[in-house]
Amino acid sequence: MLPSLRLSVEDLAIERGGRRILERVAFSAGPGDYVEITGANGIGKTSLLRVLAGFLKPAAGRVVMSSNFGPIHRDEQAASVHMLGHRDGVKGPLTVTDHIRFWRGLYEGADEEAVLDRVNLRHLADRQARTLSAGQARRLALSRLLIAPRPIWLLDEPAATLDMAGRAWLLGLVSDHLDSGGVVVAAVHDPIGAMPSHRVALGAAHEPLMAEAS
Amino acid sequence: MKLPVAAVFKRDLDLAWLGGAGAAAPLGFFVGATVLVPLAIGADSKLLSSIGPPLLWVTAALAALMTLERVFQADLEDGALDQMLLARAPFEALVFAKGAAAWVAVGCAIALACAPLALTMQMSIQVVPIIVIDMAIGMIAFFFTGLLAAALAAGVRRAGVLIALLVLPFYAPPIIFGAAATAAAARGEGLFTAPFLMLCGCALGAVALGPIGAAAAARLQTE
Amino acid sequence: MKQKAKGAMISYLANPQRFMRISELVLPFVAMIATLLLVIGLTWGFVFSPEDATQHQSVRIMYVHVPASMWSLSIYAFMAVASLISVVWRHALADVAARCAAQIGVAYAGLCLVTGSLWGAPTWGTWWAWDARLTSMLLLFITYVGYLALWSTIEDEVKAARLAAILCMAGAINLPIIHFSAEWWNTLHQPSSLRLSGSTVHPAMLRPLLMCITAYGFVFLALLLAAMRADIYRRRALAPSRSRA
Repeated sequence: MLPSLRLSVEDLAIERGGRRILERVAFSAGPGDYVEITGANGIGKTSLLRVLAGFLKPAAGRVVMSSNFGPIHRDEQAASVHMLGHRDGVKGPLTVTDHIRFWRGLYEGADEEAVLDRVNLRHLADRQARTLSAGQARRLALSRLLIAPRPIWLLDEPAATLDMAGRAWLLGLVSDHLDSGGVVVAAVHDPIGAMPSHRVALGAAHEPLMAEAS
Repeated sequence: MKLPVAAVFKRDLDLAWLGGAGAAAPLGFFVGATVLVPLAIGADSKLLSSIGPPLLWVTAALAALMTLERVFQADLEDGALDQMLLARAPFEALVFAKGAAAWVAVGCAIALACAPLALTMQMSIQVVPIIVIDMAIGMIAFFFTGLLAAALAAGVRRAGVLIALLVLPFYAPPIIFGAAATAAAARGEGLFTAPFLMLCGCALGAVALGPIGAAAAARLQTE
Repeated sequence: MKQKAKGAMISYLANPQRFMRISELVLPFVAMIATLLLVIGLTWGFVFSPEDATQHQSVRIMYVHVPASMWSLSIYAFMAVASLISVVWRHALADVAARCAAQIGVAYAGLCLVTGSLWGAPTWGTWWAWDARLTSMLLLFITYVGYLALWSTIEDEVKAARLAAILCMAGAINLPIIHFSAEWWNTLHQPSSLRLSGSTVHPAMLRPLLMCITAYGFVFLALLLAAMRADIYRRRALAPSRSRA
């Protein structure tokens, strides 16, 4: 079981290059919640995820993660999150196994063999990443989420390069995570199929009205 | 906290030696540039032995410089820096691991390549190990100050010129002390000369402060 | 937290405004003092001070060279303090100050190099000598150029400011090391007879020199205020959304 964490976003505002792109974003998601972020291209979905991950500082408002014992420290927040951006972070010259070993070390995870099976890449274990197709590279990137269990997943267009089978597999991955008490926040164009417990529709900054629980 | 640092170190080491463009290019540059000089100035052994130490230091510094551009840029572009920020380890320690990997892969290789090159510069065989040690320590200073410049310029396209400009004032002290230490060794004064100790001081300062500054800059780049 | 963010917003807007109000009043006076002192100091130095027994008329370059050299170092120290303030307190005005100071500092350092070279030609018989001071000054000049180059290559100004602040502080640590290593290196490679200054200056030359040094300080202050005002106007023009927020 994952440590149960609640992710709360309070009255968030984000600025990029001196311009305010998002205002008054708020939602709160607990164990088992799936938050779907939608909005047009360039509206700030990625920026929002990067604020949640702690890479960007919000111009106003805050991101709180709390366990049953209260809010957790900033350093602990970073270690409670997996972030999958649209860049895979995959290095051409390294093999699939090299990547999984690296992430296992980086996130102090365990059991690289099981991960290889769960992402369906065992037959490609010794292939250099540069020879993988886009979909295979994405599966490799997604293996990061499984190597070290962390309660909060932040996914940016996770299904972008996956085929039909890949999408079904991704849905399974997300459902398993939610079932075991995790939180998933995904920025998506096409819904990935999971039933969102919150929808966050981003609009332009001057017409704010962000989250509605469904 | 140990494990993430080791993982970054090992990955950067692997990347440096795989895929061609890693450590081989600066090493080739170092050897090539150093060998060209005697061809240009002639085989006067007295002249060669006097310009040998400074020449090795200049070409080694340039060879180190040319590797800096990709140190952070590649990781920034493909999102690997983001991944490192989420590790349960101080980001400074991970940046230190990157510097250490660059030093082992490129710096030590250049230092070792000094051995045959020093012989071609008419230095005596007893002096060669000292020159290798001098250079290995000088490379620490070059790479760990270079980390800062590399991190500052990581978001800039074709950052080579900018990095060279940023790094030049930081390379001045180690190159002064390093070349002087090597020249002193060539005169038969042994390893522990005054400039050698000052070179060690530069290297220590670079190791202590370089990763902190570079981590701060790299963190800003991910914003 | 909310209060803090709001406070930061207010201080961002209010402090530059206060700066603009105060600087508008102060700038004309500073500029006048600077001009006056500079005219008096340079006339005194060029015309009314005695010529040197060994260096003859060329000693007068000192009145341009020495203040530029002293102030180019002090300006870097000023930038380092401004950068520290910018990093610790995220003060936008400190970024503006550091950047504008660098533009003046690079000019002072350049002036110092050029006049040093002009002085070297008759005195040392060469346009450039690898003297410890000149070498340190050359590296200071390159440090300035690198700092400004970093500013101008990064498009996002907020990011550029913070990166430049890191570089500036690292440079502040490096400059004393450069100075020390250049001094040490000079004793190794050069006979120490070649010295630009360091011998005691005769009081008849010292007084105009001090006048020039003070004048350069006021010139720096006047240019800094003017440059900062221009930069703040520019930022306002570029960020229309600020006024709404």
